[in-house]
Amino acid sequence: MSDQEMTKKIEVQGTTKIFGKNTKRAAQLLNEGKSKKEILQATGATVGVKNASFDVYDGEIFVIMGLSGSGKSTLVRMLNRLIDPTMGKILIDGKDIVEMNKEQLREVRRKKIGMVFQNFALFPHKTIQENTEYGLEIQGIAKETRLEKAKESLRLVGLAGYEEQYPNQLSGGMQQRVGLARALANDPDVLLMDEAFSALDPLIRKDMQDELLQLHHDMGKTIIFITHDLDEALRIGDRIALMKDGDIVQIGTPEEILMSPSNEYVERFVEDVDLSKVLTAWHIMKKADTVQVDRGARVALRLMKKLSISSIYVVDKGNRLLGAVTAQDALTATEEGKLLEDVLIRDITKVSQDTVLTDLFDTVSTASVPVAVVDEREHLQGIIIRGALIGALAGNGQFINNDPVATGVNEVTDHE
Amino acid sequence: MNNLLPRLPFADWIDDGVDWLVDTFGTVFDGISAFLKGTVEGAVTLMDLVPSILLAVIFAVIAYFLSTRGIALFTLIGLLFIDYLGYWYPMLQMLALVLTSVAIALLIGIPLGIWGSQQATVKKIINPILDLMQTMPAFVYLLPAIFFFNIGVVPGVVASVIFSMPPTIRLTMLGIEQVPKDLIEATEAFGSKTSQRLLKVQIPLAKSTIMAGVNQSIMLSLSMVVIASMVGAPGLGEEVYRSVTQLKTGKGFETGLSIVIVAIILDRITQHAGNRKNKKVAK
Ligand SMILES: Nc1ncnc2c1ncn2[C@@H]1O[C@H](COP(=O)(O)OP(=O)(O)OP(=O)(O)O)[C@@H](O)[C@H]1O
Ligand SMILES: [Mg+2]
Repeated sequence: MSDQEMTKKIEVQGTTKIFGKNTKRAAQLLNEGKSKKEILQATGATVGVKNASFDVYDGEIFVIMGLSGSGKSTLVRMLNRLIDPTMGKILIDGKDIVEMNKEQLREVRRKKIGMVFQNFALFPHKTIQENTEYGLEIQGIAKETRLEKAKESLRLVGLAGYEEQYPNQLSGGMQQRVGLARALANDPDVLLMDEAFSALDPLIRKDMQDELLQLHHDMGKTIIFITHDLDEALRIGDRIALMKDGDIVQIGTPEEILMSPSNEYVERFVEDVDLSKVLTAWHIMKKADTVQVDRGARVALRLMKKLSISSIYVVDKGNRLLGAVTAQDALTATEEGKLLEDVLIRDITKVSQDTVLTDLFDTVSTASVPVAVVDEREHLQGIIIRGALIGALAGNGQFINNDPVATGVNEVTDHE
Repeated sequence: MNNLLPRLPFADWIDDGVDWLVDTFGTVFDGISAFLKGTVEGAVTLMDLVPSILLAVIFAVIAYFLSTRGIALFTLIGLLFIDYLGYWYPMLQMLALVLTSVAIALLIGIPLGIWGSQQATVKKIINPILDLMQTMPAFVYLLPAIFFFNIGVVPGVVASVIFSMPPTIRLTMLGIEQVPKDLIEATEAFGSKTSQRLLKVQIPLAKSTIMAGVNQSIMLSLSMVVIASMVGAPGLGEEVYRSVTQLKTGKGFETGLSIVIVAIILDRITQHAGNRKNKKVAK
């Protein structure tokens, strides 16, 4: 997603939810800056969400994360007004749903927003087919159309053939696919997913995350995804909002959250994250020293001597990676008058820059020359040396890139 | 001590109130009375047109479709046994009375239960009234019933409706309220209207609980037949009542047994119908 095409899909502006009686008094105390606990003691009212403001862009996966009771469910339920906000605005496509009457709200829920629930919330008395059709059925859509659409969305989630089963005949993972299919059948712009994968066991959960990412890639829906699991948030989120006691404490990309936590709470949240699943080749690659192939073996040899390295990457004029050459081979080539191309080692290990570290272990430990990081057009982006991989995994910040400018290719030329 | 406070004439007030109601709504009560009498007696006449053995078979077939083969067999044998004892006609009279009062109780009770489940205030009003209805001795209902509807089968039906309605209302409310919160959220999130939420999700899921209420209502209504006979409602209840007053133990036993047979048939059929519909739901 590039910056110029980011349109705001949802705008949450100063939205607050206070549960219980005495909400007026509680709101007043809230304005005076009292904490959730103090307000509970003074008025008996519970602050669910405190003055939340953020935008969700069209087509992004926006993750809301936080510990139990931090207000995630409350926040997401205000987006389709299953819970009415005490104060504030919620704009969807520029229209404030807080101001809408029942009829208008129903229309928004039917057409624009789908929801997937933690415990699936499938209707036990309806078949998978009937469950998936539900949203269309209540809109009074013709039987054939809805049959077709439901079939199509069941196919999308890989459940073709299960139409006539009942929910309790399916495993948890399959039930949640039905939940997803049911939401997709209406073809909403926005999907709200409240801990949609939390009830699934870890392996199934990972599959579901992958499938969700695939679906998102194919269909381009805006997804608001709630989780209390940081790994999950980092895996699927384009941006993450972190909540604490009803407050949104930080909003940012997974990297921003991970690399520059805005306060101690976020820091504590991220401290025991499994770095090997989050950091990618991009984070640990170093500038690569290269030589253009037409400069010849002699230049290559000189460069290696100057930089005190035993091999160097060779690229073409367009900076496409051709291979590597060792100092030994370069020397032989100079003596025998061969071209650099003749002594190139061409089967070098290449990885893309978003390979996560877990998947890099084997490659890096078996490679004889540093592993090359290339983009889809074979352009060399950087290299990975073993020390950096180990250093990064040990949490040593010195080996982790935060700044894209620091990486890239160092085209070495010989000016002498 | 008693003399310190003036004794409030509650009984007089209630009598006055009843008199006023009778005076003001006399024609309305007459209309209701005619309707109920017509329904019960019509049902008896209709059932009596069919030979007893054939009717027993018909009931058995109905039982078979609503429940199991065993219950159908019990229905057939049980009814033929009652016929054999010679209580066929009183049995029909009792059945007409019970089914009419239960039908009315359901017609009023289920919608009331649904309403109560949707509106907290309605529920708050209904609940204490239900408590009162259930703790009040059944005999008491007979008195106003006689005032409004005279003597015969009609006050019997009315008293029995009042007496048997509470479980249906209560269990309808309970069944609907027991539908898990996330299912309600799901219906709401997809933009259901209240009627769609009720008809497509809540009531179907509450069905077995509602049927348990229906079952209890039928049983309560059956338990009223003897009491109803005191105000002149005909049927097996009347036979029991007469046996007791005349100290005819053997006959009392026979008629009592006949009531029990009908009770078991109705109980098993409704219990089964309630569970069967929700077989798939059981988790
Ligand atoms: N209906 C309600 N009435 C009163 N308080 C409520 C209600 N719903 C939520 N709360 C309170 O609001 C706060 C936020 O709850 P919420 O369910 O949004 O948290 P959450 O982040 O989703 O937690 P979890 O991870 O456990 O689902 C909690 O303190 C909770 O007790
Ligand atoms: Mg929650």
